[in-house]
Formats: sequence, C-alpha cells, structure tokens
Amino acid sequence: MEVELKELLSDLHSLKKSISDPSHLALIEKMHLHAENIATLEKSGTIRRSKVKDMSAEVVDSNPYSRLMALQRMGIVNNYERIREFSVAIVGIGGVGSVAAEMLTRCGIGRLLLYDYDKVELANMNRLFFRPEQVGMTKTDAAVQTLSEINPDVVLESYTLNITTVEGFDTFMSSLTNKSFRPTKSGSGVDLVLSCVDNYEARMVVNQACNELNQTWMESGVSEDAVSGHIQLLIPGETACFACVPPLVVASGIDERTLKREGVCAASLPTTMGVVAGLLVQNTLKYLLKFGQVSRYLGYNALKDYFPTMEMKPNSQCSNAACLERQKEYILAKPTRDAAAKAKADIEAVSPAENPVHADNEWNISVVDDEEVDGSDVKNSGICVLPEGIVHELPVADDYPKAPVTETVGPADDLEELRRQLEALNAD
Amino acid sequence: MEGWDPSTKSTLTQIPLLTIKAGPRDGAAWTQRLKEEYKALIAYTSMNKSKDNDWFRISAANPEGTRWKGKCWYVHNLLKYEFDLQFDIPVTYPATAPELELPELDGKTEKMYRGGKICLTVHFKPLWAKNCPRFGIAHALCLGLAPWLAAEIPVLVDSGMIKHKDDVATSSES
Repeated sequence: MEVELKELLSDLHSLKKSISDPSHLALIEKMHLHAENIATLEKSGTIRRSKVKDMSAEVVDSNPYSRLMALQRMGIVNNYERIREFSVAIVGIGGVGSVAAEMLTRCGIGRLLLYDYDKVELANMNRLFFRPEQVGMTKTDAAVQTLSEINPDVVLESYTLNITTVEGFDTFMSSLTNKSFRPTKSGSGVDLVLSCVDNYEARMVVNQACNELNQTWMESGVSEDAVSGHIQLLIPGETACFACVPPLVVASGIDERTLKREGVCAASLPTTMGVVAGLLVQNTLKYLLKFGQVSRYLGYNALKDYFPTMEMKPNSQCSNAACLERQKEYILAKPTRDAAAKAKADIEAVSPAENPVHADNEWNISVVDDEEVDGSDVKNSGICVLPEGIVHELPVADDYPKAPVTETVGPADDLEELRRQLEALNAD
Repeated sequence: MEGWDPSTKSTLTQIPLLTIKAGPRDGAAWTQRLKEEYKALIAYTSMNKSKDNDWFRISAANPEGTRWKGKCWYVHNLLKYEFDLQFDIPVTYPATAPELELPELDGKTEKMYRGGKICLTVHFKPLWAKNCPRFGIAHALCLGLAPWLAAEIPVLVDSGMIKHKDDVATSSES
C-alpha cells in the first residue's frame, strides 16, 4: 500500500507538470492533497514500536515498562527484569489461554510458546482477545499477529497441532525441551507450562508430558456452565499430578438437578474466563518472580463468590508411571532439600537487617517448617477430604482382579491374523 | 450402569474385557493391547451380525493402530443413514477414551465439538474412567457412539439437518 501511494503521488506530480490546460490544474492539485492525506493516515495506522533492549524504570510516557518496573520500587518484586529470561508454554489458545498470553506479553515475558489446532470463529466473540476480522485464521497465527503488535520484545513460537495425537505429542515434547532461548538453563527449555485447554483428554496429555520432563505446570479450567473455574499448581513428585486424583471441579452451589444439560455442550462468559486467566497469570508471576504466596489450588465459584483453596499430595498408587518415578526422586532428594532449607534459615538468622529474637544461638537451634513432607506422608493416598464446594468430576477406576498370566497363545494371537479376521467381518 | 437399557447392558457383558494398560507409546505392550482390541472388536462385530444389528465398520488406518477409519449407520423410519467414522488413539490411552469423530456432521449439531468429535461427557466418560483399562474401542462404540446416534440422528433427520442420500440424489436431479 505504501509503495502504491508513493507511485500515485509521483504520477500526479508529473501529470501536473506536463499538463497544458490550466483549467484541470485545480482538480489535480485537489487529488494530490487527498493522496497525501491517505498516505499520512496509512503511516499513523501502522506505527509499531521498536524493540526495547533493556527494561528501564524511567517514568516517561514512552516507556512501556515503567509501571511494571515500579513494582521493584514498591518492594513487591526484587528483580522485575528477570521476566525477560523466562519462557512460558501456553497449551490451548482459547478463552483463557489467549487472555493469559496477552497478559504475559504485556508484562514483557521473554518467550511464549503457543499451542492450538483450532481456528478463530464468530462463536468465539463472546470471549476476549480475538477480533471478528481474524475469523478463519488459526488461533495461533491470530494470537501471534496481535501479540507481536502489542509487544515486539516477546519471542513468540506458535505450534498449530493437536497434542493428543502421537505425532502432535512428539512435537510438543521436543518443543518443550528445546533450550535455544536460554542455553544455560538446566532441566527443560521452558520455565512453566500453562494448560488452558477445555477437555480432560488434553489435560491428561499435558500431565503426561510434564511428568516425563519433570516440568512444573499450572492447570486452569472453566466449567461447562461458565459459572465456576479453578487454577492448580502441579510440581511432579511434590504435589498430586493430574492423574493422582480424579479431576476436581468447583461445585456450582446450586442443585445439580435444576441444571439443564440438554442441548449445547458448553456455555462461556468473558467474565469467568477473564477472572480465571487473571488468577492463572497472577500465580504465574508470583511463581516466576518469587513474590507472595503461590497457590496450589484456587477455586472460583461465580454464583456465590466463593474461592476455596487446598493442597493435594501425590498418590502413591497413581496410575501414571512417570508420576511414581518423580515421587521416588522427591523422597530421595529430601536431605538436599532439608540442607538447603537450613542454609536459607541460617542466612536469615545472621542477616543484620532483621533483629534476631535471641542475640546468640549457642545450641544452634533453628526453626524448621513442619509443613515439610517426609517420606511417610507421601505414601498416603492423594485422595483427601475435599474442602466444601469442591467435588470430583470423574470416578476413580475400579479395582479389578489381575488377569491370569497364563495367556493362551493360540492361533488367534497373531496381530496380522486378528487384523485379517476383522477385515473379513468388515467385508460382508 | 443405572439408566442403561437392558439390551445395551447384555451386549456389553458379552464384549470381552481388556487387561493390558498400554498406549501407543508403550512399544510391545501396545502391540499386546492392540491384539486385545482386535479380539473385542471381532467379538462385538460378530455378535452384532448374529443379532442382525450390524451398525459399523472400523479398521486401523495405519500399521501402528493409532488411527482408525470406517463407517457407522443408523436406521430411522426404515431409512439407513450412513456416516464416515474416524478417531485417533490418544497418547494417554487408555486413561482417556478415543474421541470419536463423525466429520460429515461437523457443525450440524450442538452435541459435538469442533472437527466432528461427538460429545460424550455426561453419559460415557465417567463409565470409561471407572473401567480403565478394561474398556477398549469396542466398548467406546457400544457405550459412546451407539447411544449418541440413537439420540441425535432422529432429531437431525426430523429437523431437516440431514437428508437421506436418495432424497439428496433426487433433489439434485430435479
């Protein structure tokens, strides 16, 4: 457009020069003016801010980070600038995921990895973030378009795939382990995974990947009736994994029998989704920038404005093998954890900034947090008494007798033979 | 299993239960599971045929047995309505059930997710979770797809959302 406008202007210019009849001159002059106006409008429409090399705390109108850096001056966050070192993966760019992505982008997160296989539809317009003109684009492309305009400093990676399929899962795993953004980083290539998907199957897949990679993640959800939601922190081995206990939902607080289940599969509200996205990113910022208290589970009941919280320990009978491995590692690492906690306590004890309760500590007595889980506690089942207002969404698998090992290895135990048998049945 | 009709219940008890808890990423254990899947599907298909209640065809679309394709049909007012059926075996199978897809019906009913995945949340998912790993593809078809077709197809036909293929042919000729 810019090039075409330039050509139009130069054509008009040469026309003005070459024309002999002065009666047309006024008209050409007018056209030239119009074209110049359009060129100015076009320029102002595409103003993009350039990248910012260092986050500055300078309070000027042109600094996109001044209000965030003020968190440091106010003593909330120690080093806000660290946010640029973090990578966050967001799985599911829907009503919650897209808003979470925008919040993190505006906060100046270092890198975002976005996963979704869906396209933007008009039916999404009751939620935030996507715009009607983006209908038909993949959610990942539309998100990258908007987010890169809002903050060009954020490194955006988009993955248009379904993580529950075998191929999609492989790509998902390798993208999480790619360490090119911060080569010095230990562990996986991202600092946190946010699950913003709308179904149990996809949550179980995120759970599987994070258990295998020993990757901390946060789960979020909004109920199908749009009036409750939750966020949950999952640290493999330390907290319950998503398969340890049947999925929890915040009860609506009204008689379930009065709820209409006919017809549509899911309702949604921009409010509930915005609240849950806000809770999720708030918890993310606290976790990454180490301030405040990171919630393990926080529910939201919109009808009663009730916010239940709870903690869940891992289930030693968990059906997920990777979860059991992480649990074992967590128990083995207890001495290291204790030593680190003691060292931290010692530093705090000698810190001159705080007035010690006792000037000397002849017997080396230190206060130890008794909430620390010891090995025996972990063996308890993750299924605990739930706080009021939280219920299980699905039942636990029933116990069943182990199959007798004496499997009949008859003629019907060859895969090809079985396939042929089914095809024979299919043929007629 | 309360609320299920007696014939579905009796059919279900005759489909062999599976024993191996393995998904597509579990190598040899998956092959064993796949054999059990085939046995259950063979038993269920033969049973349907013997009861004159044949209603689907399904075969693995790749050698790994992670992608399945076929057809299913439903008879309403003496007319047969047939649809393509497809699904992937998810990486977390059998902890999570396959998401059964009828792509031709995508966008035609509210009881469906994008891509033609049928909505199974209320009537099927709790049962699947309770019976992991004993239920397989055959059980998902019997307890998930069959009741969905029985509930949805009459509504879709009566509302004019779907037309019988003979009607479509005649209307396009005229």
